[in-house]
Amino acid sequence: MTVNTSIVETADLMLARRQVRREKRKSFYSSIGQNKAAVVGGIIILLYISMTLLAPVLAPYDPYSINLNEKLQSPSFAHWMGTDDKGRDILSRILYGSRLSLGVGFSSVFFGAFFGILLGLIAGYYGKWVDTIISRSLDVMLAFPGILLALAIISALGPSLINVTIAVGVFSIPLFARIVRGSTMEVKQLEYIDAIRTLGANDFIIIFRHIFPNILSPIIVQGSMRLATAILSAAGLSFLGLGAQPPSPEWGAMLSSGRDFIFSAPYMAIFPGIMISILVLGFNLFGDGLRDALDPRMKK
Amino acid sequence: MIFFILKRLMQIVPVILGVTLVVFLIMQMVPGDSAVILAGEGASKETVEELREDLGLNRPLYEQYFSYIGNIFQGDLGYSLKNNQPVLEEILIRLPITMELAFFSILITVVLGLIAGIISAVKPYSFSDIGVMLVALLGISLPSFWLGLLLMYVFSIKLQWLPVAGWDSMAHIVLPAITLGAGGAAIVARMTRSSMLEVVGQDYIRTARAKGLKEHVIIYKHALRNALIPVITVVGLQFGSLLGGTVLVESVFAINGLGRMIVDAIRTRDIPMVQGGVLVASLVFVFVNLLVDTLYRVFNKRIDLN
Repeated sequence: MTVNTSIVETADLMLARRQVRREKRKSFYSSIGQNKAAVVGGIIILLYISMTLLAPVLAPYDPYSINLNEKLQSPSFAHWMGTDDKGRDILSRILYGSRLSLGVGFSSVFFGAFFGILLGLIAGYYGKWVDTIISRSLDVMLAFPGILLALAIISALGPSLINVTIAVGVFSIPLFARIVRGSTMEVKQLEYIDAIRTLGANDFIIIFRHIFPNILSPIIVQGSMRLATAILSAAGLSFLGLGAQPPSPEWGAMLSSGRDFIFSAPYMAIFPGIMISILVLGFNLFGDGLRDALDPRMKK
Repeated sequence: MIFFILKRLMQIVPVILGVTLVVFLIMQMVPGDSAVILAGEGASKETVEELREDLGLNRPLYEQYFSYIGNIFQGDLGYSLKNNQPVLEEILIRLPITMELAFFSILITVVLGLIAGIISAVKPYSFSDIGVMLVALLGISLPSFWLGLLLMYVFSIKLQWLPVAGWDSMAHIVLPAITLGAGGAAIVARMTRSSMLEVVGQDYIRTARAKGLKEHVIIYKHALRNALIPVITVVGLQFGSLLGGTVLVESVFAINGLGRMIVDAIRTRDIPMVQGGVLVASLVFVFVNLLVDTLYRVFNKRIDLN
């Protein structure tokens, strides 16, 4: 009888939480829709994603084909963004390069989020010495300024786009882990978690089926913000010659080769820079909007 | 106060040890035999073995780490593979340049950020507010290395007002400092605005207005002072990304600082130089954070230091 009652109570609790989640989702979509900046950011991101998918259709030339007869041509009808020092069409390279720049951004954030969420969930749920060890390790990772940890990792692994993805991902881990740890600690104290535990659910089920879905909001906001930083960092590392290698049309690498022609052909550096800036602006606007929509303190 | 600083100093000891451990372990990931890399190409088998023995590379990893720590405390960061000079000597030449760049950049971050934030907060939702916040949003989104190239193109190549590269005079500092400080200024501006708006809405500001105080007295004497507390933290946090940013900006403007030294060392696979550079930059960051934390608590009297 008691067991049946507790099962009914738990089911009620879970249904109620599901209902709350549904309502929250509805209000989230309407908040996002009302936030002009978030809408603009979202449109920018969608445009860039379309660009990566449609690059072969949109690109007027082969991004790798060298034509020295047409090198360093200013923007014209034939070449909207001009040509580089090897006569390659800059617009075509930028269109194809979007795949690399966005790809590195998403992959590194996914990498950082995956390990960060895992560590944060474990630290927040188990607490005590497990939390102490994980938290102190995260403090150490956060003691490295900016992209220096990424530089150290690349120096060991060697310069390449994959290693840049790993390196940028690694320095995102502590940022995700901290947020997840805090949220997990909050959620695990809620009544419904106790109820589920009483019913005999194991730690794995509690963490991944009942805690994780309830802490997604801060993870999504952090992910969106980190995408902007990851794209900037990856482009910066390629600019230093430590990421994508020639003849890759990655935007940071394109900017790096454009630097040598800043006197004679500034457009070589200008266009890739504009593309990076607009994309990062899109993620920042979208991230701001997401935060406003998901953070109850920001609601008027 | 002294007790607080001592406590914080004790707390950063494990972090410093952790940083040394991470740097040590990352360098262990370098593929290939360290002794062969350190001995250089074409070195004989005997030389490689001798070096392995000398550097203790045949000892267990934990012993190597303890000996690495011991050497650090004696100021021995190893020798450059490129010119065989002591790494610390090279760092001590480069670090002041980077610190000078960081100092002027943080100055720009604070001054520009505060002015922009106050302009925005004084008349919220006005044209000036929207304009300043749009510029701030752009400032956060522009890659510093691209902004540097643009500034160089406009002010050095087209207008010829400032030198293109180098680090010899104040004129050389202007563009790199703006390049590095702009992103931080944008963040500080946004933080100052939101912090000011929060403070301005509080009861004691309403009381000050009711007392008939002039608006500028309310803004500068009452609102700004309290709004500055969270801004100090943001400025402190900015120092980290600023130190990281020096790597890019020094490369753009060909400045021989610590950041450029690390990048050059990665390109030439000068492992001891990378190891030393990253370690010193991280230690500087840890100590600056300690300083900021202490200042924050001094300014914010509501926090009990004990």
